[in-house]
Amino acid sequence: MAVLTDLTIAAARKGLDAGDFSARELTQAHIDAMAQHKTLNAFITETPERALADAAASDARRAKGESAGPMDGLPIAMKDLFCTADVRTTAGSHILEPFTPPYESTVSGRLKAGGSVMLGKANLDEFAMGSANITSYYGPVTNPWVASGGDNRQRVPGGSSGGSAAAVVARMAIAATGTDTGGSIRQPASFCGIVGMKPTYGRCSRWGIVAFASSLDQAGPMTRTVEDAAIMLQVMAGHDPKDSTSAPYATPNFSEKLAAGVKGLKIGLPREYRVDGMPAEIDHVWNQGADWLRAQGAEVVEISLPHTQYALPTYYIIAPAEASSNLARYDGVRYGLRVDGGDLKEMYENTRAEGFGAEVKRRIMIGTYVLSAGYYDAYYLKAQKVRSLILRDFTTAFESVDAILTPTAPSAAFVLGEKQDDPVQMYLNDVFTVPASMAGLPAISVPGGLSDEGLPLGLHLIGKPFDEVTLFQVASALEEAAGYDARPAGY
Amino acid sequence: MALDQATVARIANLARIKVSEDELQAWATDLSAIITFVEQLDEVNVDGVEPMTGVGDFSLPLRPDVVTDGGYAEVVTSNAPNGAHGFYTVPKVVE
Repeated sequence: MAVLTDLTIAAARKGLDAGDFSARELTQAHIDAMAQHKTLNAFITETPERALADAAASDARRAKGESAGPMDGLPIAMKDLFCTADVRTTAGSHILEPFTPPYESTVSGRLKAGGSVMLGKANLDEFAMGSANITSYYGPVTNPWVASGGDNRQRVPGGSSGGSAAAVVARMAIAATGTDTGGSIRQPASFCGIVGMKPTYGRCSRWGIVAFASSLDQAGPMTRTVEDAAIMLQVMAGHDPKDSTSAPYATPNFSEKLAAGVKGLKIGLPREYRVDGMPAEIDHVWNQGADWLRAQGAEVVEISLPHTQYALPTYYIIAPAEASSNLARYDGVRYGLRVDGGDLKEMYENTRAEGFGAEVKRRIMIGTYVLSAGYYDAYYLKAQKVRSLILRDFTTAFESVDAILTPTAPSAAFVLGEKQDDPVQMYLNDVFTVPASMAGLPAISVPGGLSDEGLPLGLHLIGKPFDEVTLFQVASALEEAAGYDARPAGY
Repeated sequence: MALDQATVARIANLARIKVSEDELQAWATDLSAIITFVEQLDEVNVDGVEPMTGVGDFSLPLRPDVVTDGGYAEVVTSNAPNGAHGFYTVPKVVE
């Protein structure tokens, strides 16, 4: 019998259906892996008892010939940004350390109703703000990958969904949920060598997800194959009246064209992504990806997205502005940490000073500044206008291409401690992922190969709004051509 | 633009985050680097461009203004620090 923790969603489903193993056995195998790899710090809260009970319930359903859906009985990790009823939800922050939601987020609820088994709450950057999973109050996550050639220095898994990515590549979970505001699903997927998919803004409900930047936040699947991502998104997506920005559209069959190939499709390579100083290995994997698609019959053309270089500065006005507004709710009164003070204002100030980490404070203060009287027009309004131009670039490009191919990140996973002292340097990690976020477009990172140091590098595809079907179609072709089967030693 | 200590103190006050006197300069340097970075946008011509305020091409839904939920104050306040009898509590604000 195959090693249970090596199974994909698709393979595990077949095994469960055939009776080769039970959901309880599958879940226990992943719980054992969690215990074995505890030092990665991929989980903030583990829920093994609940997982085994839910797996037993799944087995009971199956014994009666019933199924709750395509994820029934499959053990997953839940990013600790999704509110989960009666399970502590911290958002990686000290300020939410004592918070146990009495309600369930729509996306985690859909996965739960679909029979999937939650193994625990995955570590993340505090309030999803970070690109290395080093800002978590509960400690950094270790990337299971180390460089080849004896360089054993600890690497970051990327962020903010770093715990989710590490759990999936280390075979502690068959899949995981992530959330993506500027690259928080795709960049860690690239750093860990897995598939990470951000759907179109509005495809998944944001209800019950701890808010960071509401016009950008979007949930998505993190898996080991493109097919698994399509299966998992099918369960996560759907209109939700409780989120007014949830799209009132029917959910397509995301797996419909996985095997259709790319013959006749047109793929764009944006020339502005060929930035100065791009490492040769990033350029190489990008060219390789274009060659693979061309070899399978796609037409690959150069396109222009003229405002690309302004996406990151636009993001670092809009996302902090929204964050400063969203995080105003943490006041020590209604939930979370309270630190007493001489009066109400001092209680607020003490609570927020102690409850938030440095990166969160930084973004709240930037956001407060760009929204403050006298600066609003110069920064926030200006950024909203540039955001229109970024969207217009994509709209124009998609008149002539079906999808856009870029690298996911400008480097492979870096060593823990690097880039830590210079926030702007850290922000540059998201240079290739932020533009699609600004435009609300679906995008996916697929493993493309290994760097010179033997670390995974992702390829990034951007699709048309609400056309995830074509995005999965191209991603599947890319995955097949890449034939990526590398895994970190010892996992 | 470089932010000075007085500006940082003003922002921190608006954001209700306690920043001590001896931290002000470090924050001023830190935040100035980011503000300088985002000021690249000065070179973009946005004449006649509408601000992007939403992502989808659908309008936000309306619903009747009626109560659809509620009636469980104990649950809502279950996470409140020092919550009591289904109420939140704050330090005394009226003398």
